[in-house]
Amino acid sequence: MVDKLNHDGSIIAVEHVNFFYGTFKALTDIHMLFKKNAVTALIGPSGCGKSTLLRLLNRMNDLIDGTRVEGRVYFEGLNMYDPNIDPVEIRKKIGMVFQKPNPFPKSIYNNIVYGPKLTGMNNKNDLNALVEKTLKQSVLWDEVKDILDQSALRLSGGQQQRLCIARALAMNPDVLLMDEPTSALDPISTAKIEELIDELKTDYTIIIVTHNMQQAARVSDETGFFYLGKLIEYNETKKIFTKPDLKQTEDYITGRFG
Amino acid sequence: MTRTTKEKIIKAVFFVIAATSVIILGMIVISLFREAVPIFRVASIKDFIFGNEWYPTYDPPSFGIWPLIVGSLIVTLCSTVIAVPIGVLSAIYISELANPFLKEILKPIIELLAGLPSVVLGFFGMVVLAPWLQETFDLPTGLNIVNASLMLSLMAIPTISSISEDALYAVPQEFKEASYALGATKYETIVRVIVPAALSGISTAVILGMARAIGETMVVLMVAGGAAAIPDSLFDSVRPMPASIAAEMGETPFGSNHYHALFGIAVVLFFLTLAFNLVADYIANKYKQTGSATL
Repeated sequence: MVDKLNHDGSIIAVEHVNFFYGTFKALTDIHMLFKKNAVTALIGPSGCGKSTLLRLLNRMNDLIDGTRVEGRVYFEGLNMYDPNIDPVEIRKKIGMVFQKPNPFPKSIYNNIVYGPKLTGMNNKNDLNALVEKTLKQSVLWDEVKDILDQSALRLSGGQQQRLCIARALAMNPDVLLMDEPTSALDPISTAKIEELIDELKTDYTIIIVTHNMQQAARVSDETGFFYLGKLIEYNETKKIFTKPDLKQTEDYITGRFG
Repeated sequence: MTRTTKEKIIKAVFFVIAATSVIILGMIVISLFREAVPIFRVASIKDFIFGNEWYPTYDPPSFGIWPLIVGSLIVTLCSTVIAVPIGVLSAIYISELANPFLKEILKPIIELLAGLPSVVLGFFGMVVLAPWLQETFDLPTGLNIVNASLMLSLMAIPTISSISEDALYAVPQEFKEASYALGATKYETIVRVIVPAALSGISTAVILGMARAIGETMVVLMVAGGAAAIPDSLFDSVRPMPASIAAEMGETPFGSNHYHALFGIAVVLFFLTLAFNLVADYIANKYKQTGSATL
């Protein structure tokens, strides 16, 4: 039996989660609801646990030896850390974009169809249509439509990151996790990706980790502020950036510490 | 002494040391060719390489080394067929699947296997494997292609395994994470991302393993059987090139045609191993430059 729970309007619910790397406690008693079709930003100084939380949401932390999770994470009402749940199935529904663009050393086309092919999608026409659709969604199509057979590694950093977003979208996930997706990019590429996030939120739930305060303010609807493995404040982005409940949040956002 | 003179002296010392090994190697190659040339006055290059009869001590002698080349190629090929799957799969196991504890044990053991003296393997082939083969398959002799190939594959496996493992280990963690994040299983990630990304390194490993097998002398001298004839079956004896050189050099009068013919064999062997290394180099570079996108 997989235990079920309803959390109205939210797609992911994190309940009393503690997370350990060996004996080091990286997250303490995290309690958070992520709204469906919204953009949630996770902010906080380096080492505060925000990336750890993000990777917890599609069980990527399972891949690191010696990690341990306590508590529950519900995805659409199912506890994804239930022993009966296969992490592979979770990752198909919750996509991820990493800090450093990481296209496979394959052609642009093969990068996109990698995931769908794993699920048994083999019809050439369907795959072609999917490549076109996802590359248009990630606003990369016009730049690469004539070079789909070329190595993805020849693209610029910004293009590679949009390709990685297209690759994640090709799995048609419900949620897209983004771990500082623009920290390795120039301002123009960053602007493009921020626009993209804005367009994607109509169809997807997006959770983004960022070190850039302006970025969090620009793209997100909700913001969570983390410090030393604890969720300090979680509020509407507008409120966090204009009138936060806590002094500590205000100090961090205005650059007085962190 | 000023700093720049010091730097200059250090540079010169290193240059001399580096140059010495290259010069010595070059001189060996030159003497190899110089000693081989006279045989081609007796036999044409075509007759020498493609001649079917190796009777260097008959009267009149015949210097056709084709059976020796075939012998070398066939034991190399058979040992590669055995060693590549075992070497590559064990590399995948060690680098991707084994837990850290097993990895710590297996890696040094395989590397230790590479240091096993070939005469030990040859001895094992002679006294253990040969009688067993002879009895089990009811053969006239257990010293044959199968025996030599098995022993050579034992020599090639560590080479293939440890170089492949380095190549697999060098595949960036980001590729693996990208694959897992798309819902790939461990098996799918290995087959579709990790191995293709490491393919140039694995190819190099395979070719270096083959080069090791083709140049190996002691094992083939001891267990290949020594018959200088083109084999009809895998249970026939052969006389690979290195075995021929090692066995005959001691009994050959200095400066005789036979003596020069053995140097001729060495030259052929030299070109074969050179070709293997060039191919390995080519493959490694080819995929490196294009980001292995063609895979």
